[in-house]
Amino acid sequence: MSMINYASREINCKLVYYGPGLGGKTTNLEHVYGKVSPNTRGKMISLATETERTLFFDFLPVDLGTIRGFKTRFHLYTVPGQVYYNASRKLILKGVDGIVFVADSQLERMEANIESMQNLYDNMAEYGYDLTKIPFVVQYNKRDLPNASPIKDLQDALNPGWQVADAARQQVLPDANWPGEFLVKQLPTGEWVERAPTHEAVAVQGDGVFETLKTVSKLVLKTLG
Amino acid sequence: MPGASSWSFREEDFKRITALLGGLLRETNVRSLLLVDRAGQIVANVGEAPQFDTQAFASLTAADFSANDQLAKMIGEHEFSSLFHQGEKESMYLADVARRVILVALFDSRTTLGLVRLKVKSAVEELTQLFEEMFNRAGTETPKIEGFGSKEAEDEIDKLFGD
Repeated sequence: MSMINYASREINCKLVYYGPGLGGKTTNLEHVYGKVSPNTRGKMISLATETERTLFFDFLPVDLGTIRGFKTRFHLYTVPGQVYYNASRKLILKGVDGIVFVADSQLERMEANIESMQNLYDNMAEYGYDLTKIPFVVQYNKRDLPNASPIKDLQDALNPGWQVADAARQQVLPDANWPGEFLVKQLPTGEWVERAPTHEAVAVQGDGVFETLKTVSKLVLKTLG
Repeated sequence: MPGASSWSFREEDFKRITALLGGLLRETNVRSLLLVDRAGQIVANVGEAPQFDTQAFASLTAADFSANDQLAKMIGEHEFSSLFHQGEKESMYLADVARRVILVALFDSRTTLGLVRLKVKSAVEELTQLFEEMFNRAGTETPKIEGFGSKEAEDEIDKLFGD
């Protein structure tokens, strides 16, 4: 729910980082917090347990700059990843403009990723939001670990794509991040499918963090045009 | 509705909101009034400029209200239309406006909860009417900003990200 204030010429947008517990959502925000100039970001709020597990959410406002004379501000939120906290996780999705799904690449976390992705679709549907129509990016985190699943397996399980019914969108769209791959393509059966853009990341080292933020922010800003 | 419903407000909306809040401020003698939307964004602020980070405050206010909404449902209530947090010196009173916005009054011993509650109630009715007009006008489509679809805007967006 982007909010546009014509009086102060400001645009505020809400991005939510979703995904299984211990997948690196908070780490993404911490990296952004640490890297952007203090002039362009606000205070980071973390509602966490004593063991630093997110209890309700983390929040970080970041000013991106000015577009067509409008100051654009993104509010970054994370949700608690643990299955137990679904009630509070759902609350954070209220009014969301863009979603980043932070998947844990480790083989043994595949089930947790799938469960969290299903939970995201369910929670969005309960608000009447359609995940296939709002800016949505998938980040495959922890790519540096030896037990990381191959990207293809992750894509097949978490981002198989959805059918494109709108004829205007049935055009081949190459994936800028994956040479030879496509975000929108036609299957041999004739059906058109679209996938969410993806990024590989090692959030603890900051790799892929800004690239992911950039992709989702651009998509959100383009929805305003 | 593909995504979340968005809304925008024009300069004249902003003037009407701040005028209404200004009146409430004088009648109640509260320190400060803030309007926060349910997604956690600050809409307006009148009175003493808060010494805290208003964006963080707004996100926590929205979360506070949402959490209490769920608690209300658990005990069989539809909602809690207002909340009161009492401190030793500073207190806050929060009231729902049109299910989309939250009015927050920050006050100290210069006024009383009774007066705040009474005056906020009538202000909420006026604000509800005003916001409903705005929401009806905006519909549920994402508002478009003039020039945002242009090539120049795309270039500006790319430039922001160093492309």
